[in-house]
Amino acid sequence: MNIDFIHRESFIELDGRERAHSLLDAGTARELLGPFDRVESPWLLMQGVTPQADDGCVVMKGKIAGQAAVVIALEGAFQGGSMGEVSGAKLTAALDLACLDCEKGIPTSAVMLLETGGVRLQEANLGLAAIAEIMASILALRKYAPVISVTAGTVGCFGGMSLAAGLSSYILLTREARLGLNGPEVIEQESGVDEFDSSDRALIWAIHGGEQRYATGLADALVEDDSQQVAEAVRQFVLRGVPLVQRSSQVSLYRERIAALDTSRQWDPMELRATWGKSGDEKEKQ
Amino acid sequence: MTEPTRVRGRAWFGALTGKTSPMPGDPNSVLTADAQLGDEIARFLCVIPDPHARFPCARDGQVGLEEAYTLAARVREFVDYCQSSIKRPIVAIVDVKSQAYGRREETAAIFLAAAAAADAYGSARMAGHPVISLVVGHALSGGFLTHGYQANRILAFDDDGVMIHAMHKEAAARITRRSVESLEQLGKTIAPLSYDIRDFAKLGLLHKLLHVDSPDDPLQEEIQKVRDELIAAIADARNSPTDLSNRLQSKEARETRKASIRTREMLEAQWIEKRPLSG
Repeated sequence: MNIDFIHRESFIELDGRERAHSLLDAGTARELLGPFDRVESPWLLMQGVTPQADDGCVVMKGKIAGQAAVVIALEGAFQGGSMGEVSGAKLTAALDLACLDCEKGIPTSAVMLLETGGVRLQEANLGLAAIAEIMASILALRKYAPVISVTAGTVGCFGGMSLAAGLSSYILLTREARLGLNGPEVIEQESGVDEFDSSDRALIWAIHGGEQRYATGLADALVEDDSQQVAEAVRQFVLRGVPLVQRSSQVSLYRERIAALDTSRQWDPMELRATWGKSGDEKEKQ
Repeated sequence: MTEPTRVRGRAWFGALTGKTSPMPGDPNSVLTADAQLGDEIARFLCVIPDPHARFPCARDGQVGLEEAYTLAARVREFVDYCQSSIKRPIVAIVDVKSQAYGRREETAAIFLAAAAAADAYGSARMAGHPVISLVVGHALSGGFLTHGYQANRILAFDDDGVMIHAMHKEAAARITRRSVESLEQLGKTIAPLSYDIRDFAKLGLLHKLLHVDSPDDPLQEEIQKVRDELIAAIADARNSPTDLSNRLQSKEARETRKASIRTREMLEAQWIEKRPLSG
């Protein structure tokens, strides 16, 4: 696709609220539980951390391609987009309300903008519990309507929330996005620098980067950092509806792929592109 | 860092099923067996350390790629098997230190493997299978999200060797720039930070804490007691919705998770647009 760099509007440079707004049809966006409702984390102040009036989670309802949709954006700039009790409850509740609407006959898609390191450690067990509930709610909603994960960067999507992305009907990434369970620093800390050198930028992008995830069939779209392109890709997924096979349900395919790997050595991520490329993914055969 | 080898999973799996070997074709780190539980057959699953595992991370009990996809396959197989019959129970016996922290695992997308296992458990629950988690030891972080946290009901031993947490102590202290001692101190006043299972119970996420005298070496009478508690939890799950709403309805949750409940209520109230009357 030709990109007019002069007229391109960066998606990454938008904050969570602007990102959510940019995906909804013009004139349909309405924020729920906005900052003026002041629903904040009850746990941060007692630990000397200033809470934020939206707890770093923006919920916006409206339409995408003329159909009902809710967009939930995690604000990477607040506590690394981490999931606390309130931000988690906002995300779960939005998915559950979309699911209820689907059951009532109003198909409602959900778009999750995931810029997050996972659990907010100041809320530890309530963050992990919230992620388990978010995952349950994605499973319930995705039977009726697509749940679309978008990670654009620069925070990336890590920790427990990478499982939320894994459960999504569709995953959309940019080249500036990273997606993985454990970040490089965590692996280096737990398993040593020989396992993962977290200062090796090239290695990080070769493994977690959006381009690699897309080239190995682990994401459904790779788009430029351009608001219009992101919005158009999201629209296409909304119109495509529920996939015949969800990625996280393709257990036999991935079990065979794992069984075929030589575990005696580390792999060149490029090897995986050759064997895991898009052709094997059942979703592509529809 | 040295820590005791995780022995409780295998011990309780053996005690409840009479079996201690994996199913054909499965890695030695995942035990699956069908065994009598009350009047019916239930499927039991457990992840244990395998010193000879193909993947180095799984050797000390981290939940990795093979473990996650094996759990997913064995849960799905059972759901398919029960498709036209009564939805039999699934019991996850949990003693897992963490998800696998490895480069191989990240390269081969452990995020998707973990999601696939959670998908299998969650889908089984939504299909009407009572899914019960029995936490006999550690249930940490991504390990628990992969194996156990999608259950309808979570039972845990009331024992100092039991820990349910988002991150192990040393790492949490490092990342939040606190000492382990100050983290432990904070946990005494801030329940979600605590590493004590009795404080975890205050969050309202558990169905019940079970006291056993010998958690490392199950005694005959205690095995029967645990079986009875599993049967009661299964009956309770069968009489309830197949979602996780019970985790917000307990007496403890209504106190500790007030903010979650309020957030849900407020969002619901705003969900339908109320247009102002025009003059």
